[in-house]
Amino acid sequence: MTEAPSKPTTGTFPTTRAAECPFDPAVGYSEFRENDPIARVSCPAGIDAWLVTRYDDVRTVLNSPGLSSAVPVMGHANPQADFTAPITTGSIIQSDGDAHARLRRLLTAEFTVKRIQALRPYIQQLIDDHIDAMLASTEPVDLVRDFALPIPSLVICELLGVPYEQRDRFQQQSGILTSVDVEPEIAVQANAEIQGFVAQLVVDKMQNPTDDLISRLIKRAQDAGQPLTVEELVVLALSLLVAGHETTANMITLSTVTLLRNPDQLEELRANPDLVPSAVEEMLRYLSVVQFGLFRAITEDIPLGDETLRAGEWLITSLSSGNRDTSVFPDADRLDVHRKASAHLAFGYGAHQCLGQQLARVELQQVFSTLFTRIPTLRLNAPFEDLEFKDNTLVYGVRSLPVTW
Amino acid sequence: MRVTIDEDGCVGAGQCVLAAPDVFDQRDEDGIVVLLDETPAPHLHDATREAAVLCPALAIHLAE
Repeated sequence: MTEAPSKPTTGTFPTTRAAECPFDPAVGYSEFRENDPIARVSCPAGIDAWLVTRYDDVRTVLNSPGLSSAVPVMGHANPQADFTAPITTGSIIQSDGDAHARLRRLLTAEFTVKRIQALRPYIQQLIDDHIDAMLASTEPVDLVRDFALPIPSLVICELLGVPYEQRDRFQQQSGILTSVDVEPEIAVQANAEIQGFVAQLVVDKMQNPTDDLISRLIKRAQDAGQPLTVEELVVLALSLLVAGHETTANMITLSTVTLLRNPDQLEELRANPDLVPSAVEEMLRYLSVVQFGLFRAITEDIPLGDETLRAGEWLITSLSSGNRDTSVFPDADRLDVHRKASAHLAFGYGAHQCLGQQLARVELQQVFSTLFTRIPTLRLNAPFEDLEFKDNTLVYGVRSLPVTW
Repeated sequence: MRVTIDEDGCVGAGQCVLAAPDVFDQRDEDGIVVLLDETPAPHLHDATREAAVLCPALAIHLAE
């Protein structure tokens, strides 16, 4: 039986942002939302994919059973994506169905609202310690290097139960992994060291459990009659590190720049600290740092609008586009810390919605309750035009943020 | 308003707890939703509706 061919591509996947507003999504999304909401586009990876850009459609399709995440993460946007390479076993991000649900259920207890709330004082202390160090510094301060990157990394160290005396080294090596300016050999070495380090951590916790995420995860899997291997535990622990580091760090940096560029909004926050939680949701919406959307393989035909997304085809759901959909967020391109933005798509949607979202919220809330209070005159120490925005990394941000006060 | 939850579908995101903490909680052992109040009072209806909208797994059903 022959099937009707899918509609031909009607454009290319948007990747270029307007120079005059680096905070807005790439040029082209608003036209897609308006005129071609369920489009077929050609992608940097050399494949064609469906591109869904309206908020409601993104949510509809991400809850469809006919999708698989067993794909190169954001492979569509990567010209070097290898679609033949095997998917990492035990990767929660790339698992589907029951296998995914099993891994997720082993971890959800660690990221509940209640458990994460209990971390608030520790996170606050980290923030204050880093601000103390910045204020005392005799060197020029880079908010990325000196604040935004170390804080999420150290929070993960705390969660994973990295011994205190190893945290500096861990943080240094994971900082290398997230750096954009490091030579490949150094990155490979840091990657190997982190993997080895996490493997040793897992083995230690298996032998000498302590009160931390890895120890509890080991026990939880054993109690469920499906113990995790060292390899599986290492993959999960590394997933948490990778997923929770760059995302939060870039949100800290970009939100700081956004507030500095929107002094009226910053003033609102200063005057009403109760606005911080809603401001954090609004910044998540406005910035949508997972900038290339979510990439999926279609495994069963999905009717959507006038189209049928066919099994065997690729799908991209644009989170940044959905987050600027004016039918859901009036005047969506405007930052408004009073907006009730909780229904944003920044953490995704469906069964894979960000596992660490409560942790991200608490980290961001504590940062934005503290940073401008302790450093009221914080400002850029470089012209805005000189900031280098990361247009080609999975998570949007700036390479460095020179600040002064 | 009568609330029902789909425990099997729940993915433990916790959005419902943030939106309507008087109506929803999470189990300590696995983060899965706990329904605190099947028939929330009228002043909690808006928050409960918000929770149902926010749930990424569509695991909250409201009969109004």
